[in-house]
Amino acid sequence: MAAPTRPTRDPTAREGLERVRGRRPFRRGAVSGVRRPRNVLVLVVSLVVLVLAVALNVGRGEFPIGIPDVLATLFGGGDPSQQFIILELRLPRSLTGLLVGGALAVSGAIMQSVARNPLASPDIIGITWGASAAAVTLIVLGGAGLVGTLAAVGLPLAALVGGLLAATVIYGLAWRKGIQGFRLVLVGIGINAMLVAVVNWLLIVAQVYEAARATVWINGSLNARGWEHVVPVGLALLILVPAALVLSFVMGALQYGDDTARGLGVRVDRARSLLLLVAVVLAGVATASAGPIAFVALVSPQIAQRLVGSSRPPIGASLVIGAALTVTADLIARTAFGGVELPVGVVTAVLGAPYLLYLLVRQGREARA
Amino acid sequence: MTVGSAPVVPTAGGRGRARPKRSLRRRRLIGLGVLLVLLVLAVLASIAFGTKVIPFSHVGSALFAPTGTEDDIVIRSLRVPRTVLGVLVGVALGLAGALIQGHTRNPLADPGLLGVNMGAAFFVVVGIYVFGVTTLFGYVWFAFAGAMVASVAVFLLGSAGGRGGPTPVSLALAGAALSFLLSGLVSAIILVDTDTLDAYRFWNVGSLAGRDTAVAGQVVWFIVIGALIALATAPALNALSLGEDVARSLGQSVRRTRVLGIVAITLLAGGATAACGPIGFVGLVVPHVVRSFTGPDHRWLLPASGLLGAVLLLAADVLGRLVARPGELQVGIVLALVGAPFFIALVRRRKLVSI
Repeated sequence: MAAPTRPTRDPTAREGLERVRGRRPFRRGAVSGVRRPRNVLVLVVSLVVLVLAVALNVGRGEFPIGIPDVLATLFGGGDPSQQFIILELRLPRSLTGLLVGGALAVSGAIMQSVARNPLASPDIIGITWGASAAAVTLIVLGGAGLVGTLAAVGLPLAALVGGLLAATVIYGLAWRKGIQGFRLVLVGIGINAMLVAVVNWLLIVAQVYEAARATVWINGSLNARGWEHVVPVGLALLILVPAALVLSFVMGALQYGDDTARGLGVRVDRARSLLLLVAVVLAGVATASAGPIAFVALVSPQIAQRLVGSSRPPIGASLVIGAALTVTADLIARTAFGGVELPVGVVTAVLGAPYLLYLLVRQGREARA
Repeated sequence: MTVGSAPVVPTAGGRGRARPKRSLRRRRLIGLGVLLVLLVLAVLASIAFGTKVIPFSHVGSALFAPTGTEDDIVIRSLRVPRTVLGVLVGVALGLAGALIQGHTRNPLADPGLLGVNMGAAFFVVVGIYVFGVTTLFGYVWFAFAGAMVASVAVFLLGSAGGRGGPTPVSLALAGAALSFLLSGLVSAIILVDTDTLDAYRFWNVGSLAGRDTAVAGQVVWFIVIGALIALATAPALNALSLGEDVARSLGQSVRRTRVLGIVAITLLAGGATAACGPIGFVGLVVPHVVRSFTGPDHRWLLPASGLLGAVLLLAADVLGRLVARPGELQVGIVLALVGAPFFIALVRRRKLVSI
């Protein structure tokens, strides 16, 4: 049975646009696209989850505060003591987690789209490990002298520089009359292995106390994060996410392959370089603030893509899902193990991995059915 | 050079066609010969060079006419067992790499990416933390069990969807996911317990140092059996590389070949990791280098990969002993630092041989 077509009643038909696989298209000025209600639904639901996770995370602790009070305080109410606890002590930590998670996820989404390979996320190809190697070097060489301002400014700075340096080296080595996704991943994996070896070596030459401190850092931690950690990541996201969204129109063309994209009028190399730059700065800033929180950059875009049902990782949904994942993981890391506060990265790994496995298995079943 | 002789022009079509085949065979034989010579050189270097400087004349007398001097003891009880273990583990890692790349048809595949290392690491950490194991000898069984569980889990998860076998991407994703999960659990334990961190950080850099003959004795049979299975399935793997449907129509049992492949990879990579800790890059780099002279035929590729694996591991181990005197750099670290640039150069220089 063929579905009845009613071209005359379809308002979009008058504008000369055709339905795309049953989806209603739209045009506003120079921009045209297809309505994706599922995309919006995913975005709304994950935003709600994110707000709830933040409220829960802010509320739990030595001095528990209920969700209604937390929400009231966040929107300007609450009594002074609650305001102090929430706004000065707990909110910066959750916000850092939210922003860092979002930045990592967007970075992963861009890189996975550009390289057309789900493994091309900053934690697999060595960018976050570049940051780690620099930070661990500082921790081990600095020893007991690494406290106060030196630790507060030096560690993030070293991490940022390390991440950017690693990315530059990877990009330079992968460049051969242009960038090809698969080669980028392979070169990245090579650099990553070197950096991991350097970190492991530093860990065995260090005193065990420094090794423990470095291990906390490598795993990504949100302990003792204040407003000074929130601001840089917030600024980076504010500038780079809109840039990524604008560039993502080009990303759609890139996924058909370089030749087709060129035929569609895209300046392929420039677009790709810009996109990768955005992704690398996001990952670098995020890692500088909280350490390389594992798995968020790899898994959030993949989850978002499967939930939305798109052909490549969507930036908006990845951002919100990455943020929600990180904040939820921090909540678990803080409260689930009695007196022990684990680094958030331990939990993101343990939490994110089974979900990705489940998605893989389910996707395989669907493909077989 | 003979001047004036006419160039040999193939007159018959048959002769012209036979030619490239013969030159390929010659190239393979020369390649194998070169590898054997290199292996002998690497073994000699591994026995002769080390933290303690021993003159070559003493090396010879220690091997063939020991008199119980300090040099004799160093060579006979430290360097020879270490070299034997190096050859064993190198062969295992080279073979495992060639096998896993053949089965997944993925030049990215490496036993490390498929969760073997993290599986072994997790079980070792559990062994240290829960059961109080602190000796290298004690780690072996934990590491081996962990490697086995992890690789089987990754293969099952990666192939949970598709018919008959996993796709390269799903396998790599399943391996990455499981590795992340296990490394999270490992981190959780070593962060809570500093003593475990202290023991684990030394296991975590793969090394041949400090392993006595008992360690080699524990894993030797796994590696030998794994190698035999690998070599026996080489023709079947050749058929599989034409695609599963073609292999089936040629009368191959795809499932049996795959299962044997998993068993062999697990025995080889698990045995190697159990003995020495995680050592990357041998399995990834070696098959690419070997393929340049053997071509894709696994009957040549597999043995040559084993030989080159042993050469590479011994050479890296010797280098690690020489560059950081009086201490030494662990072989896992040397391999990553030397192997990675080499690998990157390989990736850059030409299009990767697709398999």
